Parts: sequence; structure tokens; C-alpha cells
Amino acid sequence: MNTAVIQTVGLVRRVEGVVSHVLVNGIDLSVGKGEFLAITGPSGSGKSSLLYLLGLLDGPTEGEIFVGGRATSGLTESQKAEIRLKTCGFVFQFHFLLPEFTALDNVLLPMRTLGGLSMSQMRAKALALLASLGLAEQVNKRPHQLSGGQRQRVALARALANDPAIIVADEPTGNLDTASTEQVFGVLRDIANQGRTVIVVTHDPGLAARADRRIQIVDGKIAQETWLSKQRSDARTEEESRQVEPS
Amino acid sequence: MNLLLEIAWTHVTTRIRQTLVGIVGVAIGVGFTIMIAGLMEGSQRDFIHQLVDTLPHVTVSDERRSASTQPAEQEYAAVQVANLPTADRRAGIKNPNSVVASIESWLPGAISPSEQTTALVHYVGGHIGVTVTGIDPRREVKVSKLADQMQKGQVSDLFRASNAIIIGEALAQKIGAQIRSTVTISVGETHSLAATVVGIFRSGVHQIDESQVYTLLRTAQVLSGQPGGINQLRLRLDDAVAAKDVAGRIEAQTGYKSVSWQEANANLLSAFTVRAFIMLTVMAAMLFTSCFATYNIISTITHEKRHDIAIMKSLGLKEQFVRGIFIVESVIMGAVGIAAGWVIGYLLCYGLSRVTFFNPLSGEIINVPIYWTVTHYAAVGMLTLTACAAAAFFPARKATRVHPVEIIRGAA
Repeated sequence: MNTAVIQTVGLVRRVEGVVSHVLVNGIDLSVGKGEFLAITGPSGSGKSSLLYLLGLLDGPTEGEIFVGGRATSGLTESQKAEIRLKTCGFVFQFHFLLPEFTALDNVLLPMRTLGGLSMSQMRAKALALLASLGLAEQVNKRPHQLSGGQRQRVALARALANDPAIIVADEPTGNLDTASTEQVFGVLRDIANQGRTVIVVTHDPGLAARADRRIQIVDGKIAQETWLSKQRSDARTEEESRQVEPS
Repeated sequence: MNLLLEIAWTHVTTRIRQTLVGIVGVAIGVGFTIMIAGLMEGSQRDFIHQLVDTLPHVTVSDERRSASTQPAEQEYAAVQVANLPTADRRAGIKNPNSVVASIESWLPGAISPSEQTTALVHYVGGHIGVTVTGIDPRREVKVSKLADQMQKGQVSDLFRASNAIIIGEALAQKIGAQIRSTVTISVGETHSLAATVVGIFRSGVHQIDESQVYTLLRTAQVLSGQPGGINQLRLRLDDAVAAKDVAGRIEAQTGYKSVSWQEANANLLSAFTVRAFIMLTVMAAMLFTSCFATYNIISTITHEKRHDIAIMKSLGLKEQFVRGIFIVESVIMGAVGIAAGWVIGYLLCYGLSRVTFFNPLSGEIINVPIYWTVTHYAAVGMLTLTACAAAAFFPARKATRVHPVEIIRGAA
């Protein structure tokens, strides 16, 4: 197995309140570099909560998350934001693009926040990213001028903007038609093949079937873990053969 | 362009209606505040101006502030003197010429010695008590506005007749006197003289117009029975504000009671302090109200933008950065609103300055006094800008503190 990009030890997330309940109940998980992990499970099983924890959006009640071998429980919000900016790319069920900004500006947002590149370099990189996702024609359109699938691909481009090691996607195809779903699947598979770690929460058995590994969460615990392919090269050939079919 | 500014700018420019409401709120607040400031300070300055103009800046009289001490009292602390017999002291300022000359040697302004006495003017209907002030017309015109107040005749006409007098308009009306009329003026039973009216003035203060009579020094001295006597020195300074210091210096130098216009009108001036406080309170309240508009709009914007806030935070933008966006938006609205408010304020002031009132008592047309100053615009602008930033800070902080997960979860 590859070196763990992200690892959790005894992860627990409880919501305290009038009625306290446990969202994530003791999960030990290790995800390697270039691995495509699908998290499935019934509604309310805690799979999204687990994803937010993995993406450092939420903090665990107990346990520890290691990102790139670094413990994260002691970090401030600012430091976590820094890690998210550099190493995690997020895709949500809703595209969450900034509505007043063009596709290009949305992709530029994380790059400009991180800085480091000149404006022209950032633009070139963002344009290349959008083009690679088949959005070359759409770079100057605003989200409301784009189709659902295009929006989600812009969101993917934004997630990839800072070359993150991890892509975290929460039901990325939840709102999409079959064709768009297929496109987004393909992109996620490609991303994993490029050596990034992809963690996806999904209801879609088709998407889950294409992951390297699938874990099923029930009541905040890992109920079932299935290794679908040990070799990424196998996955690629499988992927390529499937990608041909719908077109 | 800076990312933060660009996002803020895009937000305010894509939501024109909301932005306009915010701008108008600020603009109205700023405009009215500037108007009130101009009006209040204008009327105050106008009032002080009139006060300073109509009255001498410093009046030196032949009195002393406190009873003079006895040599024994100066020497021994235990000595107490009571029931002193009245010393028959000659009225008036001693050696007036040398006193005037010594003050004049350093005085930044003009000085006019005069002899003032009370007298009765006799006319057909009866007797009226008046104040007769003997003046030197050449000096007087430098000290008072008498020359400007002349309705008929001139101050120098006092030289043109023996026992010439200048009387107030109200008095002239009352006794039916006209130029070249002869009136009888008397002091007690002894001194009485026939005087010729050579001029009529109107000061605007009814009490003065009704009871003030100007003559040459010589005539007044005859009436008071003090040949060569001077019992009042009136001063006009180049800088009216210095009156307090000048009065103090004269008093220290001569020992005579010197009253500056500030001292003479201490009650009025302290009333102005209260007025200034009221003005500041009203202005603060108006600015506060206009900032509430900003507060509301930023609250609404942050509420509408909570998805954007969530995504920006989840992407790794820092909380301070996201908060800064909304504060900058408020400041942008504030800045534009202030500029518009300046225009509104200027126009309001201009409009008010054209308003006139007619005073039926004095027969004068009065303008609304407006004080024009850049200070008002700058101060109101600075205050508003600060207040806008502060008004945005709280809703922005509240909105950006929310954990992105709560919103993302809610949206799903």
C-alpha cells in the first residue's frame, strides 16, 4: 500500500445538545496517495460528517486526523484554513460557485488567496485547467449561464486550482443528469490516476464501483470495506473501457 | 487589483439596488448633519459677531473691582478695617490723557475715551431718562459701528453745532424730534442745556435706540459737572478673541475695572456651550441612524451571502479575509454615500442661505446664517466612514464566524 496521505485514529464526532447524537463513531482509516476512495452508506449514517472531518472542515470530538503525517487536532482555524487551501480541494453537491464571478475568476479565487504565482501565470494555469475539463468555451461565463454539469466541472477545476494532494467530494453528482454524472466520474477517476487522493461520498453505486476502495458507513462506523482494485493500472484500463461506452 | 477589494467591489456593483439604499442612507445622514452643523455654527457665529460688533470689545470704567485696601491691612494680616467714612473721591478716571496714552502705546486696536452720564430729555409729552455719552467723533468711529448705524446725518456733524446731539431712532420717534430740532437735556436741577439734533442712528437694539444720546465730550462733561472728566474707555481690538487678555492687562496696569465682551456676556457664552452640546448630540444621533442603515444592509448581504462565505471558508480563505470583504463593502458604500452627502449638505446649506425672514419689530430682513467650512465636511466624513466600518464589523463577524459545515449541511 502507498504512504498514507490522510489517516484517522479513533475518530469520533458527537453533536452535543438537547438530544446528543454521534455522527462518527470511532473510525480508523488510512487513505494512500493516488487512491480513489468511495464512502457510501444510507442517509444519516455519518458519511458526510466523516468527509468534513477528513477535509478539516470540521473538528473531531475525539481521535486524531493526520494529513501528510501531521497531526491536526492542535491547529488553529487559521492553520487549518491554510492546509485546506494548499492540500484539500472541495467539491460539494451544490457547486457553490460565487455567482457574481466568471468561471475563470472562480478558479482563480483559491490561487489568488494562496498567492505565489504571478497573475498571468495564474490565469494561464486556470485556463488550462478549465480547458482540460472541456470548458474552454465557458471561461468567461457566470455560473447561471452554465449547465449543471459545467458548473460542477468548474467547481472541480476550482478544487484542483492549487494542485492539492487530496480532493474531497460530497455527492458531486447528486444534482446531475446521467451524462453529466458520467463526465464528473471520468474527471475524478483521472484525478486519482494523476496521483491525487480522491475521497468521494456518494449514493451512486456506479461511481462507487469505479473507486479503488469502497467503505460503507452505518451508524458512524465502517460496516463494510471492499477493495475493488489493488492496482491503479487495472483501474485505468477498466476506466478507459467504460469511458468509451456512453459516447 | 487586490482580491479582497475585487470581491467587495463585485458584490456592491452587482447588487445595485441594495448598494443604492445603503448609499442613500449614508448620504442623507451626512447631508443633514452637515446642514445642521452649518446652521448651528452659523447662527452662533452670527450672534457672537453681532455681539462683538455692537459692543466695545473692552470697556474700562472708573470703578474698581473691590474696595481699596488700607495701608495697615497691607502691612499686618490681623488688621481688619470696618465702617470707613466715605472719602469724597472725584469721579472719573484720573489723568485720563496719560492713561489713554499709556494703553495706546501697546494696544493692538483703537481706544475711545468717553464721559457717560444719565440725563433727562424733556419734550412735549414728558421726560425720558437717557444715557448721554460724550465722545470724540474722530476716535469713536474707530471703536464702534456708530458711523454705519447713522440713518440721518454723520457722526462728524457733532462739530457743526454747539451742543449737538445724535439720538436713536426710537427716541426720535417718541419725542417727535427731527434733524435740527432743539431738545432740552437736564441732569438733576442744576445743569440744563438746549441741544440740537444733528443725527439719528439705529443700532438694531431697541433699548439702545430708545435711550442712547451721543454728544461731544465737552457737552457731556458740562452735563455731568466734571470738566475734563472721562469715566469710560471703550476699546476695539484687531482680534476680538484677545479681549480677555487685553482687559486683564489694562486692569493690572491701571487698577480700573476692565470688562471684556466675553465677561460681559458670560451667561450667553455659557448658553452656547450647552447649545454646542445639543448640536453634537443631534449630529451624533443622525450619524448613528444613518449607520444603522449600513448595519442593516450589511446584515442582509451577509445573510444572503452565507453560501459564499461557507465556500470561501471551506476553500481555505481566512475568516478575517472574508470579514474584510464585507467591511470593505460597507466602506465603499460609506465613501460614495459621504461624497453624495457632501453634495446634499452643500445644496441644503445653499438653499437655506437663500431663505430670508422679515423682522416686523426692527423692520430688517434677516438671512439664515450658515457657516461654511471644510472642517464640517471632513469631520462628518471621517466619522461616518469609521462608523460604517464599525457598523459592518459586527454583522460581518457574526456571519463569518459560522462554521462552513453548518451551511453546507443545511444546503444539502
